[in-house]
Amino acid sequence: MMPTMMQRLLQGRGLAQIVALLVILAIDRAVSPQFFDVRMQDGRLFGSLIDVLNRGAPVALLALGMVLVIATRGIDLSVGAVMAIAGAIAASLADAYGLPLALAAALGAGLLCGLWNGFLVAVLGIQPIVATLILMVAGRGVAQLITEGRIVTFTASDLVWLGNGAVLGVPTPVVVVFGMLVVTGAVVRGSALGLLIEATGGNARASELAGIGTRAMILAVYVWCGLCAALAGVIAAADIMGADANNAGLWLELDAILAVVIGGTSLFGGRFSLVLAMVGALIIQAMNTGILLSGYPPEFNLLVKAAVVLIVLLLQSPRFASAGAVLGRARQ
Amino acid sequence: MRRLPPVAITAIVFVVGFALCTAQFPNFASTRVAANLLTDNAFLGIVATGMTFVIISGGIDLSVGSVIGFTTVFVALAIERLGVPPLVAFAAILMLCAAFGAAMGAIIHVFDMPPFIVTLAGMFLARGASFLMSTESTPISAPLYSTVSDFALRLPGGGRLTAIALIMLAVVAAGAVLLHFTRFGANVYALGGSRATTALMGIPVGSMTVRIYMLSSVLAGLAGIVFSFYTAAGYSLSAVGVELDSIAAVVIGGTLLTGGQGSVVGTLLGVMIQGLIQTYINFDGTLSSWWTKIVTGILLFAFIALQQAMLGIARRAGPRKAGVLKP
Repeated sequence: MMPTMMQRLLQGRGLAQIVALLVILAIDRAVSPQFFDVRMQDGRLFGSLIDVLNRGAPVALLALGMVLVIATRGIDLSVGAVMAIAGAIAASLADAYGLPLALAAALGAGLLCGLWNGFLVAVLGIQPIVATLILMVAGRGVAQLITEGRIVTFTASDLVWLGNGAVLGVPTPVVVVFGMLVVTGAVVRGSALGLLIEATGGNARASELAGIGTRAMILAVYVWCGLCAALAGVIAAADIMGADANNAGLWLELDAILAVVIGGTSLFGGRFSLVLAMVGALIIQAMNTGILLSGYPPEFNLLVKAAVVLIVLLLQSPRFASAGAVLGRARQ
Repeated sequence: MRRLPPVAITAIVFVVGFALCTAQFPNFASTRVAANLLTDNAFLGIVATGMTFVIISGGIDLSVGSVIGFTTVFVALAIERLGVPPLVAFAAILMLCAAFGAAMGAIIHVFDMPPFIVTLAGMFLARGASFLMSTESTPISAPLYSTVSDFALRLPGGGRLTAIALIMLAVVAAGAVLLHFTRFGANVYALGGSRATTALMGIPVGSMTVRIYMLSSVLAGLAGIVFSFYTAAGYSLSAVGVELDSIAAVVIGGTLLTGGQGSVVGTLLGVMIQGLIQTYINFDGTLSSWWTKIVTGILLFAFIALQQAMLGIARRAGPRKAGVLKP
């Protein structure tokens, strides 16, 4: 995996994203001089930079699942609702039944949600936006059903550790994201799976005729996306030591899509990069943190995001792409 | 029933739902409940009418909820802080919305980008702009507002058909005429059937796209004005998630999400069904409002599955008949 990544970097793929991240970090540094200060306290690293990684973990996890879905020319709008469901399940079970069961139930729910989305898209052939819209609308209601409309809090220390603890000084959410990235990368890039997913997104019919089980591919990416979303939901709940069915993961599906798009994965499918999607998630979080540090109202975030979406999309648009390799990649 | 049109199924669902509610709560079947159903969902009906055009043309508009929020804040601040006469403020915001929608349509057409992501950016932009103007709820106390909220047609049985309900019904009627009886409407169906064919037929696809999104944004602005009548306030967080409600209403109303088929009347029925669920929950008193979301989700699934099945049958039966669904 490493040599091909280096080659791609040298060819310029991903250069734009990394430069963008560095520029945003430099701006953050200008806004807040102690931005790069990292100190060790109570066996855990602290500092704005660590904070960017830590706060960015849920979106990074969502982006990790979303990037595969978008590679098949799909989209999953339900990830925010799945986060709410998984968080609600984990929070309501953790105190009574312990972490293993709570985690298994939450992740199992994520798998089921993914399976449902995958079934609608792959088997019934419904457009992805529409198919996942159903769970996006109903999922938050289901989450509220689980929490009975309250904000469920818990005290189980092992679940709290998932959101606030540290492994060798690194916050647990960051470790989880890294672990998931390595696992996903090993599975899709260590085998031909990634290529088959890209083929499905590039032209599902041609891939089917070439003998690729496109249905199984599509089903698998939605299941994986559901699992990633559930994990993100558990971490988000662990972070605030409670599950808020109304607000957990609200609008995060949009951030996840944005992270993937910033990472140079085309919404038209057929090509993806896991690492660059992570960089995209970091760019978004670095922007959020920068705006907070600079003292602008957090509402300003939305305007900046709107501008970023438009610029990235304009650069990705076929009209622009014909002018040459944009964002470090040509479209064909 | 060789092929029952989706609108008929929606109508049956509504009538059966209303009958079930009446069976459980005898007071349900009154003009009062019916009039409130129209008043409480007036803004949703207006915005869903615009959404119907967008979806039939094969697009989607995620920005409408934010545009409603922006409108309420803009109108409230213009009237209360700047002392602008309400009607001038309305004209200004509708023109602003028209420009906003036209810009989104132009970007979608010129750069050949998915409407979903362009209107997503529009959603961020409008919501962010309304946050920047004010994050607090601004009450509106202009005399026009009390006049409008006092106005109502008395119905037999104690129902009050309010001004905003009348505005909504007028918009739906105008929308139905525009969609089913004009060249513009026929072009909207054509676009949803096939963009390429439409262009080859000589229909100006670009200007149609711009006008469709303009229509959706202007109706969202009008819905925002109606919403400000309804709440007598402007608040930047108002109408969060309305884009989903309106898409759900359009789909439940029998409009094909891939475009090319649908009707405004169906959308009104879709809005009414959502309102019916909400009213039932209010009547029951023990159910929580999140059941609205779950039942809406189930209905969405049922209608989408139905569409899928009908498409499958149509494909097996031979080439799909394109064109206007007879109202």
